[in-house]
Amino acid sequence: MISNNLQVAFNGLKASKMRAALTMLGIIIGVAAVIMMIAIGQGAQAQISRQITGMGANLLVVFPGAGTGAVRGAGGNVNTLTWEDGLAVAELDQVTRVAPELSTNATLSFANQTWTTQVIGTTPEMTLLKDWPPATGLFFTPDDVQTSAPVAVLGQTAADNLFPPGQDPVGAQIRINKLAFTVVGVLTPKGAALSGQDQDNIVYIPVTTAQKRLLGVKYVRLLNVQATSPESMAFVQTSIENLLHERHRLGAQAANDFTVRNMTSLLEMAESTTAIMTLLLASVAAVSLLVGGIGIMNIMLVSVTERTKEIGLRMAVGATERHIRNQFLTEALVLCLTGGILGIGLGYGGAKIISALAGWPTAVSLGSVLLATGFSAGIGIFFGYYPAKKAAALDPITALRFEN
Amino acid sequence: MSGNPTIELENIKKIYPMGTSGVTALAGIDLTVETGEMVAIMGSSGSGKSTLLNLLGCLDRPTTGNYRLTGENVSAMTKTQLAAIRNREIGFVFQGFNLLGKMTALHNVELPLIYTGAGKSEMARRAAEALGWVGLTRFSHHLPNQLSGGQQQRVAIARALVNNPTLILADEPTGALDSRTSLEIMAVIQRLHRERGITIVIVTHEPEIAGYCQRLIRLKDGCIISDQPVNRPGDALADLARYPAAGEVNSL
Ligand SMILES: Nc1ncnc2c1ncn2[C@@H]1O[C@H](COP(=O)(O)OP(=O)(O)O)[C@@H](O)[C@H]1O
Ligand SMILES: [Mg+2]
Repeated sequence: MISNNLQVAFNGLKASKMRAALTMLGIIIGVAAVIMMIAIGQGAQAQISRQITGMGANLLVVFPGAGTGAVRGAGGNVNTLTWEDGLAVAELDQVTRVAPELSTNATLSFANQTWTTQVIGTTPEMTLLKDWPPATGLFFTPDDVQTSAPVAVLGQTAADNLFPPGQDPVGAQIRINKLAFTVVGVLTPKGAALSGQDQDNIVYIPVTTAQKRLLGVKYVRLLNVQATSPESMAFVQTSIENLLHERHRLGAQAANDFTVRNMTSLLEMAESTTAIMTLLLASVAAVSLLVGGIGIMNIMLVSVTERTKEIGLRMAVGATERHIRNQFLTEALVLCLTGGILGIGLGYGGAKIISALAGWPTAVSLGSVLLATGFSAGIGIFFGYYPAKKAAALDPITALRFEN
Repeated sequence: MSGNPTIELENIKKIYPMGTSGVTALAGIDLTVETGEMVAIMGSSGSGKSTLLNLLGCLDRPTTGNYRLTGENVSAMTKTQLAAIRNREIGFVFQGFNLLGKMTALHNVELPLIYTGAGKSEMARRAAEALGWVGLTRFSHHLPNQLSGGQQQRVAIARALVNNPTLILADEPTGALDSRTSLEIMAVIQRLHRERGITIVIVTHEPEIAGYCQRLIRLKDGCIISDQPVNRPGDALADLARYPAAGEVNSL
């Protein structure tokens, strides 16, 4: 009976191909929109998650100054934080490691190639904290930090722009702001951040080298602090605040001249904001799907009226109300599901095109495909039911007499 | 099959609700049609012929009275049960053929089989057999608009007989056809009656058509005013052979 139903439904649809196609278009566009919106939203979320893990897990960042607004050096004194502060923080309970950062823009040169990029003074903890090992060579060592050695680890982009293809940068002599450095490693490529910034356009050198040779300062720009677990972050934050308050010899009433930020929770907030955005986008798309569904209902109603005589005849030769109802319900369902499947294809293609053109990451998930399929089937049943019921309720005699 | 008559009507009344009193379409019909009879019903317009035929066809239920079809009381049945009875026991032939325009002749004939739950191959086999019986095997894959009126009505007859019904009801089956084609159709219906033993009830306003039946019932104002055997019923096939050949082509 099911195969008969399908057969009858297909025949019914074949009888008015153009109309079926146009009706389906509403569903196709609706489903494609849902798939694309979810793909874009989930792509953004995935990117943020990647960024969270790329930034380092359970990360707290200590900035100089009492800034409450901007992230970096927000007002006040920017040189209150030292590497020694970092070493003291590293001794605290439930702190896994601390990596300082002192960054500056500098011009690199090799042979007659030059390249301007961000040079960050740090310690070997950085590679562990970010879980970002070198692809070739090694990261510099604690000894290099002790001795303020002129060594550098290049990001992939910096390496690509400085060295001709095929040449191994490891061991090469380069200049950073005219000072000679030895390249000891090249980091694995990390790709673009969500902001579009190239994370591989970077150079790491020992923090002491940056302080003494490059900038001639004694402070650091920030401290990355990794806690042992998400649960310990609040405790670590308080410990850092107490410790630095004391180390900086601030009075009991005085405000902190530094700020501790929980980066993970910041990004998690961004992630949940994106989730809400995704939901919003998908809801708007779902509205267009709903409109498509109303189109289905409209066409089914027209179809029932047009085929009144056919319905009467089918009843005369033995179709029950259920047969008629199922026939039209199947037709609506076939319309919606076919439209749904085409829409999934279109949405998938659209998502791929968007990510290719805009460089925006997209992810078509099985979940969104199932959702769209289920939704279009639901729409078929919901909007097909009333017309089908109407067809089934026809009186065979009146229906047979109907002339159009 | 038991000795039950095909049709037994007992004081059948049909009153259509309309205004305060309603319209009485049938005002107490008693009628028995034995198995294998071929009956014509005549009467002026509005006399209740179609109403009676619809009741006989289980498309409608009487307001009061009992209807037994081959001994089964169908006046007490639900709509779903009536649909099954129509499917199994009754075939319809309409004045306007009522073929589905987008379907081939074969698929039109298959239509009742869809609702018996027959398999695909069995459906095709039985429909082809029925089409063959009315002499249209060659036209199986034609659409109705590619067939002449007579051919279309023969497809409709094939559809009516495909489920081997006990009763075939025809409402003005020749009303839309020229006289030669009418003869052809009557020849097919007479064969149906003679070779297959199917009980046949035909509503017509043409006395010539009634002349091919065995029994003639006249209705007036919802009552049977006469019920008589037809004197020496005609043989449509024999009359067709004598029919002037001039009208063979292009007659409307
Ligand atoms: N659905 C209906 N509603 C109201 N009155 C009807 C309906 N069908 C038929 N009638 C009335 O019942 C009477 C008999 O109609 P009908 O059986 O169609 O007669 P016939 O077929 O002999 O012309 C007529 O007066 C007609 O107006
Ligand atoms: Mg009538």
